[in-house]
Amino acid sequence: MPEVVLPRLGTVAAWRTEARRLARAGIPAEAVVWRIGAGEPDLFASEPARASAPPREIRLPREAVEVIETALCHADPERFARSYALLLRLADGSVRWGDRSDPALRRLLAQEKTVRREIHKMHAFVRFRELPATGTRRTFAAWFEPDHPVEEAAAPFFTRRFGDMDWAIVTPEVTSRFVNGTLEHVLTEDRTPPPPDGTEDLWRTYYANIFNPARLMVKAMQSEMPKRYWKNLPEAGLIPDLIRGAAGRAAAMQAAAPTEPPARTAAMARRREAAAEGSARRAGAGEPAALPQAKAEAEACRRCGLWAHATQVVFGEGPPRARMMMVGEQPGDREDLAGRPFVGPAGQLLDEEATAAGLDRSTLYVTNAVKHFKFSPRGKRRIHQKPDAGEVTACRWWLDLERDLVRPRLIVAMGATALASLTGTGAGILRRRGTVERLEDGTPVFVTVHPSYILRLPDAAAQTEERRRFRADLAAAHALLGTLD
Amino acid sequence: MKRDLARKLAILSDAAKYDASCASSGGERRDSKDGKGLGSAGGTGICHAYAPDGRCISLLKILMTNFCIFDCAYCVNRASSRVERARFSVEEVVTLTIEFYRRNYIEGLFLSSGIIRSPDETMGDMVRIARTLRERENFRGYIHLKTIPDAAPELIEQAGLYADRLSINVELPTEAGLSRLAPEKSALGIRKAMADVRLKREAAREPSFRGRRPSRFAPAGQSTQMIVGADGADDAAILGNASTLYANYGLSRVYYSAFSPIPDASKALPLVRPPLLREHRLYQADWLLRFYGFAVDEIAQGGMLDLEVDPKLAWALAHRAAFPVDVNRASREMLLRVPGFGTKTVGRILAARAHGAVRYEHLPAMGAVLKHARPFIVAPGWRPQGLDDASLRARFVAPPEQLSLF
Repeated sequence: MPEVVLPRLGTVAAWRTEARRLARAGIPAEAVVWRIGAGEPDLFASEPARASAPPREIRLPREAVEVIETALCHADPERFARSYALLLRLADGSVRWGDRSDPALRRLLAQEKTVRREIHKMHAFVRFRELPATGTRRTFAAWFEPDHPVEEAAAPFFTRRFGDMDWAIVTPEVTSRFVNGTLEHVLTEDRTPPPPDGTEDLWRTYYANIFNPARLMVKAMQSEMPKRYWKNLPEAGLIPDLIRGAAGRAAAMQAAAPTEPPARTAAMARRREAAAEGSARRAGAGEPAALPQAKAEAEACRRCGLWAHATQVVFGEGPPRARMMMVGEQPGDREDLAGRPFVGPAGQLLDEEATAAGLDRSTLYVTNAVKHFKFSPRGKRRIHQKPDAGEVTACRWWLDLERDLVRPRLIVAMGATALASLTGTGAGILRRRGTVERLEDGTPVFVTVHPSYILRLPDAAAQTEERRRFRADLAAAHALLGTLD
Repeated sequence: MKRDLARKLAILSDAAKYDASCASSGGERRDSKDGKGLGSAGGTGICHAYAPDGRCISLLKILMTNFCIFDCAYCVNRASSRVERARFSVEEVVTLTIEFYRRNYIEGLFLSSGIIRSPDETMGDMVRIARTLRERENFRGYIHLKTIPDAAPELIEQAGLYADRLSINVELPTEAGLSRLAPEKSALGIRKAMADVRLKREAAREPSFRGRRPSRFAPAGQSTQMIVGADGADDAAILGNASTLYANYGLSRVYYSAFSPIPDASKALPLVRPPLLREHRLYQADWLLRFYGFAVDEIAQGGMLDLEVDPKLAWALAHRAAFPVDVNRASREMLLRVPGFGTKTVGRILAARAHGAVRYEHLPAMGAVLKHARPFIVAPGWRPQGLDDASLRARFVAPPEQLSLF
């Protein structure tokens, strides 16, 4: 029986070369014995095997190659033969890559998972100790005992992470050394772990104090940090004492007499409550004198339930004596985050078309019929929801206040919600669009659509047409404003 | 001096342990292959150790100082607590981070702080630590900064440039709870701070008008933490708040932290055993919301999650008419609702269906947990039984078990 001897270092690459050669020569899996030993990577130890399978070039999905090469870092001595056999079956199509119902493939995937975990644990549990530096770079060394021959697969991570220092990771079989930016692997000769490092005391201090004795969960710890790693972890020596002391420490915390909160805490809570109640009361009755004060008080508004999920109230914005007031529906996602009206996509459209119609946004008072964003959460997005009549009515108090304080000569109602809030009904918006209605106090209201309505039109041509009409509306409102003194 | 540092480390790590987050994954990929710096980040995070409380230790999680002018009843560091106080200097935090990192103890730094006289001064020192790590030490590992509400916007701006993740804790699930137990904190202030981070992150993602990519802001996102069991909020309120937070601020994670006894408790908030199982169920429910297409009102119907069975199983037991599910014909959405099927399992089932029927005996190799899935599925080789039995639930409820202390 021909024997393929693979070197301890560079095993995976050597296996790949040999496997490719054997497959090309048509050597069946059962005709080869694989083992690790000393010597050159491509030794056919005894007589050449007889070809009995069709010669083939192996072509595999990239993922398959990666999984096989990872699984080859398992300690199972049969891994080379099994992987070669699977390789041939994958190549001749008798097993499909990804078919977990095949026992051989399933075993490969399981071993690959074990190896990945072992590599991950090595990345986690290697503990470097500092050695005297020989040059300008600091020097560290670690002793680690993996269960599987993963040294070469695990080392590149450390080169990416510890690029500016020299280090060595010594395992019972392999020493990986990184000196002046070059990584090399050699067979281990000296199995003495490096001497302890002064920083380990600080690390143990941290470990002992970050532990919460009231949440003792030993099993959860051990499933992730199995005992076999403990002997090389400087902190693990503390574990038994921490566990033993935990119940007592937790009980002592429970038993200790609680501290009376200082009197100022209660006083502060009372003051806050009084302030909140005060503003709620004022929001219901008395009227704040000026816009900044109104805005501050609106922050505490609880007239409807929308405050609970929104970030903040979005109050109107603009000159306190603006001649034109524009009213939209409610703040959207952007407005809710920024705390300012019309700063999102609809606001951008409004700005563009207002400018085109000869209006300067900085001269307008821009606000909404409802001051909190109403939405329903969908994963990481928020879906706009139309405010209901109750919410519009509740919020009209603030809109009325803004009208009283600003006293605009002309109001532009954008969309049905704004129209409903101002005039009592939003019905027939498209019919009423472009017309002027009068409020009870005589203020003219120019009716148009909401910019979001335009943005929601699916058809690009319809959007262009609607934008044009919106611009014409704004121009008409502008012209109307000129006729009002 | 050395002993002094150890004492400070003891105090300021003890003070930091009630923050649950230790994530160090995601964000920007960096390494130090060029030999000019230290550290790497951006892959899957690594847990370098586990404490006997089962929590992973991935970051050096410390407070810059545990002096605090706030008096939050649940917090060990509140102004009225009698714990010993300490304060790290900028240099001390930098040294600890670098020396721990070089020995492969940690993935990076998670720095939080008590609020001292001025929020700007506190945040300024935290930013200085992050900047020193990045600019002087060329540190390319992970940095998570807790932002201080009411700190100046420039400081938050800088914090986001040096840190991978920013977080601010909402602390309590309801605003009423917050104003009772943390009277100095403002729910509005916290929400505005999270909104601000989201806007800054999105602005940093868009190429500027000059076509240059602006510097990245908090590439690993923002997260928050809610304390469970300190106020009266039920699970539906907690999960409702969480799903709002995910939607509003694009959070990477919401952490749930069972209210845990602290060394010097406040009379305003008597100590209880930490509701660890409840916390666990909330995390399971959080996963169902984010990756399995469940809505809050589906899983927390009675207000509280079922402690005896996990939320997915509880949903299936309560909606037996939707089962059994045919493994070979059901939609992805429905497969995701099968107890014992995870997202990976469902992906594998769907991929395998393209090549032929999936048999019952193939399922374990695809990662399915048949102990849970069995009554709820149909597949060649398997007909479920007892789906309508009143005793079905009892099969899943573990018999009461004496807890042992190892």
